[in-house]
Amino acid sequence: MAISKDEIIHIANLACLNLSEEEIERYTLDMQEILEFANTINNVNTEGMSETIAANNKSNVLRKDEVKTFENIEMLLKNAPSQDEGMFRIPKVINN
Amino acid sequence: MELYEYTVHELVEKLEKGEITSEELTKSYFKRIKEIDPKIKAYVSILEEDALEKAKKVDEDRKSGKTVSKFAGIPIGIKDNMCIAGTKTTCSSKMLENFIAPYNATVIDKLNNEGLIYLGKLNMDEFAMGGSTEYSAFFKTHNPWDLERVPGGSSGGSAAAVAAEIAPWTLGSDTGGSIRQPSSLCGVVGLKPTYGLVSRYGLVAFASSLDQIGPITKDVTDSAILLNLISGHDEKDSTSMNVEKKDYTLSLINDVKGMKIGLPKEYIGDGIDEEVKQSILEVAKKYEELGATVEECSLDVGKYATAVYYIIACAEASSNLGRFDGIRYGYRTEKFDSLKDIYRNSRSEGFGPEVKRRIILGTYVLSSGYYDAYYKKAQKVRTVIKNAYDELFKKYDLLLTPTSPTTAFKIGEKLNNPLQMYLADICTVPVNIGGLPAMSLPCSLDSKGLPIGFQLIGKAFGEETIFKAAYTYEQNSNFRENKPTFKGGEI
Repeated sequence: MAISKDEIIHIANLACLNLSEEEIERYTLDMQEILEFANTINNVNTEGMSETIAANNKSNVLRKDEVKTFENIEMLLKNAPSQDEGMFRIPKVINN
Repeated sequence: MELYEYTVHELVEKLEKGEITSEELTKSYFKRIKEIDPKIKAYVSILEEDALEKAKKVDEDRKSGKTVSKFAGIPIGIKDNMCIAGTKTTCSSKMLENFIAPYNATVIDKLNNEGLIYLGKLNMDEFAMGGSTEYSAFFKTHNPWDLERVPGGSSGGSAAAVAAEIAPWTLGSDTGGSIRQPSSLCGVVGLKPTYGLVSRYGLVAFASSLDQIGPITKDVTDSAILLNLISGHDEKDSTSMNVEKKDYTLSLINDVKGMKIGLPKEYIGDGIDEEVKQSILEVAKKYEELGATVEECSLDVGKYATAVYYIIACAEASSNLGRFDGIRYGYRTEKFDSLKDIYRNSRSEGFGPEVKRRIILGTYVLSSGYYDAYYKKAQKVRTVIKNAYDELFKKYDLLLTPTSPTTAFKIGEKLNNPLQMYLADICTVPVNIGGLPAMSLPCSLDSKGLPIGFQLIGKAFGEETIFKAAYTYEQNSNFRENKPTFKGGEI
């Protein structure tokens, strides 16, 4: 089953990406080719097989739930495209 | 002999004997970077001022009799996806072009403790997605053996820098071959450690269940030394394994007698360049002469590894890259009226074409209706592949394969065909799927004068066996007599 242009648009929406007409064309063709290749995994019998959920068979690693202060707040905020009084600035999200 | 020609273990000796100072050494590297890097373009940024200051300090400490690590004052280059506090970490992406790391990666903390000196940050495929370093958002890196060819990727800058001797050693990261494949294409030694041996804290995540940091070096001894410096449990990385700390230099023993090496037939068959294949068979013969047993075996299910890899890696990447929203760090669009616009426009303008392609693929395989058919199925096949490795390692100490099906390809050759580019990883991705350690070592040059590399795959935490076999090969061969020619290419 070939992936359609509409599906690519839907997926781009889910991934929060805008695609140009040209990109939609391109990625539709690319995905058709890549997914056809990916479908070869259906040739593997996986009956009774469990999924690999960790590369090294490690179980959950828990640590103490302790508050640790990150001292260098200035450095963190320096990377923000827009900030004000120690906070990240974003456009207004609540209507009047 | 010029200083840049020495291996790190030779330089360490010179520093200890007082034959050279770290300042001299560091200066000689920056001089060489200025001469050679305009041809190679391995460095995204250089850190000359900090480096020279630190070098002087190390020299003073050493002179005044302070206890310093024997590696203090040795320079190193770092792939630009590992955080060094206060310096740019760009992942060769417009998204992080101006990102200043607010903290150190654990590997950097470890290298700082030993007094190492950072020459600069090295070019890569954007977010480590690619096998040629052509997907860097900034510029392409050139292969020192032929400037018209790619250095491989994604750690292309790290491998090219070692080959061109503009860094004595470097760190790379490997998700599907990103240390080993460029090391093979550039004729240097690259090791992907067992998943969990080296902390990933401070490495910008691509595919968290596959990523691993490792050394790229001129020889096997330097590889063992650098792995000693960076390995070890880290509570900041929950996938880091609490295993006994080893000294890998103890495995540098010239002896493979009695070692059993498997040669999976699928990796010396179709799709592998004839010259590469012949070269691998010669390596196998060499190991037999040296006293190992080499036997043909089969990793049939390995042929599905590339498909499994692209499903899992892209799924994880699409999730990991969700954090880039233009709010807290990274690129922010100038065109927005709403919060949603910021997200969408920043991501669309900040990510390059290959990163978008992988986000789309990853989002698709995780989306409702396709999750079971792709992601879940791939995770099951991953188990099948892991089991197949387990079976092979009941019989063999190591597996021998080519690292890359071909030698370095021309710049631009595979850019318009993503699937062709993905298939360049067939020999390396199964190893990441299994979470295993593997090393690429150079063995010969093809008829075009390009390096061919072979790969030794070990069982989980079996790095010592890899080092022993790799060291033995190196001691009984002479690849390092060949030097890159810097031929061809428009500079």
